[in-house]
Amino acid sequence: MTTATPAASELTPEQRTTYQAPQGQAARDRREARRRRIPLLPALVFTIAATQLPFLATIVISFMDYRALRPDQRGFTGFDNYVQVFTNPAIRGAVLTTILLTATVVIASLVLGTAIALLLDRKFIGRGAVRTMMIAPFLVVPVASALLWKHGILNSGYGLLNGVLTWVWALFGSDSPPQPAWLTDYPLLSIELSLIWQWTPFMMLILLAGLQSKPGDVVEAARMDGAGNWQIFRYITFPHLRRYLELGGLLGSIYIVQAFDSVFIITAGALGTANLPYTIYATFFQQQNYGLASAQGVVVVIGTIIIATFALRTVSSLFDEETGR
Amino acid sequence: MSTHTNPAVAATSFKGPARKKRRTPEQGGHPAWGIAAWAVGLLFAAPVLFMLLTSFHSETDAATNPPSVLAPLTLDGYRSFFAGQPWPPLINSLTASVVSTLLVLVLAVPAAYALSIKPVQKWTDVLFFFLSTKFLPIVAGLLPLYLFANATGLLDNISFLVLLYTSMNLPIAVWMMRSFLAEVPVEMMEAAQLDGAGLITMLRSVVAPVALPGIAATSLICFIFSWNELLLARTLTSTVASTSPVFLTSFATSQGLFLAQVCAAAVVISLPVLAAGFAAQDKLVQGLSLGAVK
Repeated sequence: MTTATPAASELTPEQRTTYQAPQGQAARDRREARRRRIPLLPALVFTIAATQLPFLATIVISFMDYRALRPDQRGFTGFDNYVQVFTNPAIRGAVLTTILLTATVVIASLVLGTAIALLLDRKFIGRGAVRTMMIAPFLVVPVASALLWKHGILNSGYGLLNGVLTWVWALFGSDSPPQPAWLTDYPLLSIELSLIWQWTPFMMLILLAGLQSKPGDVVEAARMDGAGNWQIFRYITFPHLRRYLELGGLLGSIYIVQAFDSVFIITAGALGTANLPYTIYATFFQQQNYGLASAQGVVVVIGTIIIATFALRTVSSLFDEETGR
Repeated sequence: MSTHTNPAVAATSFKGPARKKRRTPEQGGHPAWGIAAWAVGLLFAAPVLFMLLTSFHSETDAATNPPSVLAPLTLDGYRSFFAGQPWPPLINSLTASVVSTLLVLVLAVPAAYALSIKPVQKWTDVLFFFLSTKFLPIVAGLLPLYLFANATGLLDNISFLVLLYTSMNLPIAVWMMRSFLAEVPVEMMEAAQLDGAGLITMLRSVVAPVALPGIAATSLICFIFSWNELLLARTLTSTVASTSPVFLTSFATSQGLFLAQVCAAAVVISLPVLAAGFAAQDKLVQGLSLGAVK
């Protein structure tokens, strides 16, 4: 019944005017609508099957006592796994680590990315070359970049960072440079440095695109009216960039909340660096406690949905502009 | 060829003529800004350059403090990397990335067509559904996928990974391609229709020239994401179907004497992504921001 006669509100104005027309017209419209849907269906069905079904299964398993090593105990236990998620200090620590890691990396790479985008928005010799160099960190395979930071840069004995410290101190005639053991003394900072290095180019690219879509005539008019560089940044550039900052921050958050490669490689979750994705992986593989791992996964999803709601709103506000053109 | 003549495409590129028009002369500014920009660029590229240089050093020259930048170059790092059976994982990565990218194209192009050129009803809702699936962390679906693969014998099987990479990239690809197809000017299509062009003619002569560069960039980004993926590969493969990132993790606990080899491995495995990324850099940001930024 409802499918045979679509509500008037679902019709476009053109269709609404012909709605009272003979039955043949409405049937033709429905056939046309169905024909338009056909190319969409394979992608839609595939996506639902591959993304929604596993997550539904995760929700079901999260309410079960399901351990690979004790198959005889398997059964539903209600909210036990969730109680454990919220009372276990190690898991609470992982929540805190995830928040700290994500916030630090997103904020630092946004600030650095903005500054560098402002630099690269100016005209100078070799701008294309500098932009290409800036993008390189984002294009190194994440596992390779984590290995590079662990062994090549942060290693206390022969890493680049301490090597440069030795070299700089030697320039000033000192043979006792500071040689911090980055990976053991500052484990979370080590991961953050590698992620900031990797994500600053992403933020820079989005903000540079934002800067280059800024209407030049407004700036010109403001300059004619005697506005200084800071005033132009504060009242024209920054408001224009705000939505790009939001977009970069939210997309970055979505990816960095899920950061697994760098935690896995650089510290293997040791010394308080286990974030939620790594903790779930460890609960799943090392403890083989499938029920608990699933409950952790559901909690991560709820957290991500909270961020994602804001992200969707931001993307959709940028998107409205395009569809409304 | 058509990218140079079509203003709709040229305007979306970083180097497009539209930007030059907006430039004001005083934005060139002081040479100090250029020097600062070069310094920052070099600082960010330094780890990559260091990795490249170290990969050509001997193990003893690689593990020195301060770094021996001027040490003689050698291919030893690459020799020992290629002596360590890297080919099966490289081939697995190539298979998983290329086949899943092709599958994504087959599914995403018609879907993007249905969401832009002849939009279905409520097409924005469908589009946002695709996007929302990207916000589900992969780790939250990992266990059922593992149990499913274990029960059906798909564990350590590259074709299962291909399917998962397809589902991982499909939503992004639909978004990107929709935004590229939306750049096809409606007036041109209407004009072609008035001239009596059929569907095939119109796709070939009006849609393809505008959309193809974007479709190529989408493919490159899907390739990069598949090539980089670690968590699924590490969980669902072990000996037969393991990919390059999984192979790289075997270097995670290497001691100092293997730094040149680690760098050589990192260079070899990053090379396809670096090449693809530099080739698509103008469209990269548009893709990674899901088409929200032009």
